[in-house]
Amino acid sequence: MGVDKYKVLVQFPDYSFVIWAMSEKIMLDDLDRRLLRVLQGDPTLSGADLADRAGTSLSKCTRRLDRMRASGVIEGVEAVIDWAALGYAVEVSLRITLDKTQPRAFDDFIAAAREVPEVLEIQTFLGRVDLRLSVIARDMAQYQQLYRDRILTLPHIADIEALMHIARVKSDETLPI
Amino acid sequence: MIDLDDIDRQILRALSRDATQSAGALGRALGLSQPATWRRIRRLETAGVIRGRRLRLNAEALGFGVTVFLGVKLARKGQVSLDDFERAVTAIPEVQTVEHVLGLYDFRLRVVARDLSDFERVLRRRIMALPGAGDLEANVLLSEERRPGPI
Repeated sequence: MGVDKYKVLVQFPDYSFVIWAMSEKIMLDDLDRRLLRVLQGDPTLSGADLADRAGTSLSKCTRRLDRMRASGVIEGVEAVIDWAALGYAVEVSLRITLDKTQPRAFDDFIAAAREVPEVLEIQTFLGRVDLRLSVIARDMAQYQQLYRDRILTLPHIADIEALMHIARVKSDETLPI
Repeated sequence: MIDLDDIDRQILRALSRDATQSAGALGRALGLSQPATWRRIRRLETAGVIRGRRLRLNAEALGFGVTVFLGVKLARKGQVSLDDFERAVTAIPEVQTVEHVLGLYDFRLRVVARDLSDFERVLRRRIMALPGAGDLEANVLLSEERRPGPI
């Protein structure tokens, strides 16, 4: 009996730890959210400044960030490139409908689109269009050539619509946490 | 306009994947000293090539399961002010990006929501209430891939 009791005592905290660790993945508290909000506004903040603005200590802040990185909530920080500053003045959104009678239409198309360096984004949708490519070019002449030689030659296209990009009104991509 | 050499391109590529790398670590990977790397990063920043840094979050892990792209056509063009529309749409927290475009639609919005019924709430209460909003087209995002671009 004594041994059984011992087992139960040992197993129980182990088990509860597993549940706690699993649920922790998605359970964020107010402090976590505050840290994410501040960090979204300025990802270059030092740990000390971030802790200060979120009203917590540096050690607590570091622990929380480590935990959110480990659980995959924070995926990383990336530099945002301004293509216009590199001379790419033209940006076009191409909305594409594929020939869905081809069973490999999506895979073939996406694999081929990846080979075009001027393609910045490939998105797939449920809706009126199947796919969208974001494409940049130095000027309209280069865009026209790119469109003819590299885009129209992509496989299984049924229809293409173009939206010419004029201005970026909001681009921070923050989540309403 | 700024001219880039191969090392600049490698730095840009590396930073657009992971901007948390120090100039020292990045320099070591490229066979460059820490000060030389730092100077190159500074130059890219002051030329505006690096527009800023963005925190990449897992939207789904944070409870945002749905991303929708909305094409918005303004009704009664000329009578509504673009400024009013832009100001109002920018203020909606669920709207992540707003692009002014030329073509089938006037604006392209990226909207996040917890689920489809939450999206319906945003659509009805916020988007459809925007000054001048006319025709809408919604496409639900299934997958998204960002490419390094021509660098």
